Amino acid sequence: MNAAVGALWRSTLFRHLLLTLVGAALLVLLTQQVSTFHDYELAEVGAFVCVTAGLTVLTGLNGQISLGHAALMAVGGYTVALLQQQFSDQGTTGIWVLPLSLVGGVVVTGATGAAVGVAAARLRGPYLAGATLALGVALPSLTSRFSGTFKGDQGLSVPFDPPPSQLGDTFPVERWQAWIALSAALCVLFLLANLNRSAIGRHFRAVRDDEIAAQLAGLSVARTQVLAFTVSAAAAGLGGGVYAVYLQTASPGSFSLALSLTLLSAVVIGGLGSLTGAVWGSLIVVFLGSVLQSWVDKLGLSPTSAQKLHDNLPNAVYGLLLIVAMLAVPGGIQSVLRRLARFLPLPRRSAPPPRSPAPAAQ
Amino acid sequence: MSRFVFLTFNGLSFGAVYAAVALALVLIWRTTRILNFAQGAMAMATSYVALTVTQHTHSYWLGFAAALVAGFFIGGIVERVAFRRAEHAPHLNTIVIGVGLLILMQAIAGMLYGQANRDFPPAFSTTTYKAGGTALFSNEDIFTVLSVLGLMAVLGVLLTKTPTGLRMRASAFAPEVARLLGVRVARLLTLGWALAAVAGALAGMLVIPTGLGLYPGAMDGVFVLGFTGAVVGGLESPVGAVIGGVLTGLALSYASGYIGSDITQLAALVLLVAVLLVRPNGLISRSAARRV
Repeated sequence: MNAAVGALWRSTLFRHLLLTLVGAALLVLLTQQVSTFHDYELAEVGAFVCVTAGLTVLTGLNGQISLGHAALMAVGGYTVALLQQQFSDQGTTGIWVLPLSLVGGVVVTGATGAAVGVAAARLRGPYLAGATLALGVALPSLTSRFSGTFKGDQGLSVPFDPPPSQLGDTFPVERWQAWIALSAALCVLFLLANLNRSAIGRHFRAVRDDEIAAQLAGLSVARTQVLAFTVSAAAAGLGGGVYAVYLQTASPGSFSLALSLTLLSAVVIGGLGSLTGAVWGSLIVVFLGSVLQSWVDKLGLSPTSAQKLHDNLPNAVYGLLLIVAMLAVPGGIQSVLRRLARFLPLPRRSAPPPRSPAPAAQ
Repeated sequence: MSRFVFLTFNGLSFGAVYAAVALALVLIWRTTRILNFAQGAMAMATSYVALTVTQHTHSYWLGFAAALVAGFFIGGIVERVAFRRAEHAPHLNTIVIGVGLLILMQAIAGMLYGQANRDFPPAFSTTTYKAGGTALFSNEDIFTVLSVLGLMAVLGVLLTKTPTGLRMRASAFAPEVARLLGVRVARLLTLGWALAAVAGALAGMLVIPTGLGLYPGAMDGVFVLGFTGAVVGGLESPVGAVIGGVLTGLALSYASGYIGSDITQLAALVLLVAVLLVRPNGLISRSAARRV
């Protein structure tokens, strides 16, 4: 019996599934305990986790950098908005409508990501960063170019069905949005955690660490990089879709360059290359922001300067944290926590085998 | 035809601005292999300095000078405080530090001045001269082109004709040897960053009055266009950066003039990706080594 449990526990799939279910149960309890305002914030966290988890795969595991992930989110968000409007115009309702739209957003964004990835696979370091920055700056202008479909700066509204009646009449819509976004986040985390532990994840890391060695080992570097970009874009598409549901609109302003940079901050501050770090980072950019803002509101400044501080103080802190993290703790929060965990008297799994054989005498 | 002539002059004027941004990026890239993603934000910050000085002294030229001086100091400080510590770090780290500075500077500008778009005066009249119904160029356009040419001349003389320039080139290309010969390599690297930021500050002063306006994110798009110019020129040589910047300005002027002004950034993306995929070393570079 014990052996069977042990074997089950050693199965990565089972472990991740169990963690996901426990996470889901905890989140259901949490969302019912907190106020609707915090539920709304949790919805934002869910959307951010989808994107930062994808960005972690791209930047942390595969070593490609993107400064334009908000543009990919926009592709997902606009796809979901257009599909939801179609469904709503036809009067189609049902519990499957929104998931179907979200899957549509994932597919369209994944395809876009594959196309971008083909170009990105030929670019390295600063060139890739500059090109994705150009993408992030350029893509919003498509909405004014094709203002008939995308309604320019004003953007599209995202109609979605109210919470199902089985949940009760008083079930707040914010909690429903939180459930949608957090389920999406759990799905992304579950899938990407498995991917990370699979052969594909090892290929991603091999290409990141040494392209030439990976090539000699028989990997196609370009194909691996395109795959990483596609996976990351698909996650960003889902994140963009639930972000549009969270905002109830899809507009160029909500997928700005600033959002791309905030997401990158989340990934770096949380800990580059770790999915847990992506969760930490998303929590930080949402909750540290709102803590700072409520602190500013209590200062009793004149309305104009309070407004300026309210809008910009969180960003100033993220920017500073980003620089400090890169110079002092490149592993972010997750590495600090790991270092702290070493001092705790917890039972630990046996040490992993050394990564590389001890260097031969040189 | 008359439209083509106007778009050409317009492209040359904007191209001069992109050339200045590209020059700033290339000056740093070729000495340190760092692409400074905060270059645009630094130019935004110096433009706010100019705005404040001009408002207090009612003199455009004092503000202009203040922007260049502020650029010199911001460039030096940014190198000393942030990038110096990551000199030999991987590209990812220096990119992220640049992005951190970008976010931080935009946030500070937002805290001090708000997100509102501030009017920013041009140095000279922007009324275009006309020849037989064909709009040509304005005094401001002439000033833009001449001041960028002046910047190039000053930098060119400084780098190639003065002892300091010789030391700067020595520190960039053979830091170890230069250090052994008694050159203060670290100090000269800082000087390089400071000069690059002056070029960026000039670009900000020239581009913001062209209807762009001054707000914390004003230079984001300009930075992308300057980066495009630098890549077109090959990111390696200052002369290439200037030619690349002007070519980018012309290409985007025609694209936005004939297709629509809302596609400028899209056209830049297409140009950037096309150049990177077809000629990764730039249109005018001869070296063949893969760097991209």
